[in-house]
Amino acid sequence: MNVHEYQAKELLAKFGLNIPKGKLCHTATEAEWAARSFGPDALSVVKAQIHAGGRGKGGGVKLARTPDEAHDWAQKIIGMQLVTPQTGHQGKKVHKVLVAKGSDIAKEYYLSLVVNRESDAIGVMASAEGGMDIEEVAEKHPEKIVTANIDPTIGLMPFTVRTMCARLGFTGPLAKEFEKTLRGLFNAFMAYDCSMIEINPLAVTKDGQMQILDCKMAFDENALFRHPEIQDLRDFEEEDARELEASKFGLSYVSLEGNIGCLVNGAGLAMATMDIIKQKGGQPANFLDVGGGASQETVTQAFRIILKDAAVRGIFVNIFGGIMKCDVIANGVVAAAKELGLKVPLVVRLEGTNVELGKRILNESGLNIIAANSMSDGAEKIVHAVR
Amino acid sequence: MSILVGKNTRLICQGITGSAGHFHAEKCAEYGTNLVGGVTPGKGGTKTLDKPIFNTVYDARKEVGANATMIFVPPPFAADAILEAIDAGIELIVAITEGIPVLDMLRVKKALGHANGRSRLIGPNCPGVITPGACKIGIMPGHIHKPGRVGVVSKSGTLTYEAVGQLSALGIGQSTCVGIGGDPLHGTSFIDVLELFNKDPETDAVILIGEIGGTSEIQAAEWIKANMKKPVVGFVAGQTAPKGKRMGHAGAIISGGKGTAAEKYEAMRACGIHTVLSAGEIGDTLKKALR
Repeated sequence: MNVHEYQAKELLAKFGLNIPKGKLCHTATEAEWAARSFGPDALSVVKAQIHAGGRGKGGGVKLARTPDEAHDWAQKIIGMQLVTPQTGHQGKKVHKVLVAKGSDIAKEYYLSLVVNRESDAIGVMASAEGGMDIEEVAEKHPEKIVTANIDPTIGLMPFTVRTMCARLGFTGPLAKEFEKTLRGLFNAFMAYDCSMIEINPLAVTKDGQMQILDCKMAFDENALFRHPEIQDLRDFEEEDARELEASKFGLSYVSLEGNIGCLVNGAGLAMATMDIIKQKGGQPANFLDVGGGASQETVTQAFRIILKDAAVRGIFVNIFGGIMKCDVIANGVVAAAKELGLKVPLVVRLEGTNVELGKRILNESGLNIIAANSMSDGAEKIVHAVR
Repeated sequence: MSILVGKNTRLICQGITGSAGHFHAEKCAEYGTNLVGGVTPGKGGTKTLDKPIFNTVYDARKEVGANATMIFVPPPFAADAILEAIDAGIELIVAITEGIPVLDMLRVKKALGHANGRSRLIGPNCPGVITPGACKIGIMPGHIHKPGRVGVVSKSGTLTYEAVGQLSALGIGQSTCVGIGGDPLHGTSFIDVLELFNKDPETDAVILIGEIGGTSEIQAAEWIKANMKKPVVGFVAGQTAPKGKRMGHAGAIISGGKGTAAEKYEAMRACGIHTVLSAGEIGDTLKKALR
């Protein structure tokens, strides 16, 4: 789960991190007043609040020299359809902006924490090349990336801080500031079950402070049950409507750009089904895992969600029944096809527990279902059917 | 012979009185697994499936000599259940539970390290382990398997069934099938299982099924190049998966441009693995590799 920048900053402020003053604004007038509150000569930054990176590149982050300028930028940004490298071509609508007090920046750094899958630790990554696209830095100048691991059962040790400071060039009071910053971020990471905290840029100001100018936080969805305060921060407007609806029925769904709807049991098989459709010359419209214990009702809901995508020209049901019995799936398919008045071609491949019974249910349903006897056969048939 | 499980396995089920735990414990026993009891705190002294229920794993170990456990405990309490099994000295811990918080798993992995190899964890978020015809610990449909000499190791449940189904249809049996799980952190890695298959005199070849996310397939490929004496067929799910989207499994996500299927296939090819791009052709590819 992701949150907005202003929400992440509020969470991090509780851990003693240095964050420039800022206000969330929904109108240009609010933005003007926010800028004015920082002082008559203060610079301010107007920042679109959407769940996507690269906002500056799309024109969603602007520097204002006066409160009037803050007003004008907010006027332009609120309501715009912001397109960034991470939003896709349709962009995301901006409903609110963060107006933050400008900082007198001497140098920008990058700092992030993630769960390191390979070393069973919290992985820290830092670079003196802040404000830039870190993936690009990692690729072109790997020597400029400083990494460390924190053992979560031991915590942040002084040697880790010393080593990182030496490699980043922090000495004296700045080394103290860095320790405070890293400790605060690590504590927040553990306290909220984060999967990622990224500070870019982390600024050193001309008066020697270390400030968090921009941040991104992501949380482990499996741990949300113990963080109701984080659940409350979820912004449903930022999420794909079909993915959201699917999650209510325990379905795992991801929309894609193609025209062949997929209904599969198991995440691995669902991905492999998308892949095989592509290999046979088609384009999958979605990833959909109905899960291990789906009922007839869940299958019907899955069909409903697939068909909400207007691009869908055919559906491929690929089931390898284990716990999930083929007859249950077959009944769900028949019920959904009848209830929804299915008009697109439907290819069904069933295998596993109760497969004969499942096939008989489909045959006797009187529906126009194209039966497939293997995964490859099914993929070929659906690709052919939508041509 | 086979790896991990066999006729000496004495299995308990943690969470045996829950509906999933009960259902699958029964299926495992029907398959021929030596189920010796179950654990549900507060229900010790009663019975289910004709087997004793204990309050703690320690009791189960002491009273009925349990050496393996299958965990169906709900996610908020699952890490605690695994830690209890480690502390009680259970040798094989199979965690089926999906949805354990990652930070809980970090602690579990540290505890496994401290246990110094005494306990092995398979999973979590996995279908379990089966040695066809001998022992099944997990949720896989037993009837699709066939005893034989091909090992299977996989991050995905149904995709493993798919591969096993193809093998059995071709008349090729399996020595052991191990689901290591689709979470970002899991107890047993691809390499751990490959090492066991490499040493097992009754395994002739291995199928490795990976997916997007992380780099464990790449490390496995490098290990295979340096150590493996038997042919390996490799498949990676998610060739068409978009970046930054979690594809069902908690661990199946391409983040920061890393963990793509393309880079995993590239590593596999470079390390002499028989790669297969289509999940429909896993069985055929293995058959060719055996020649």
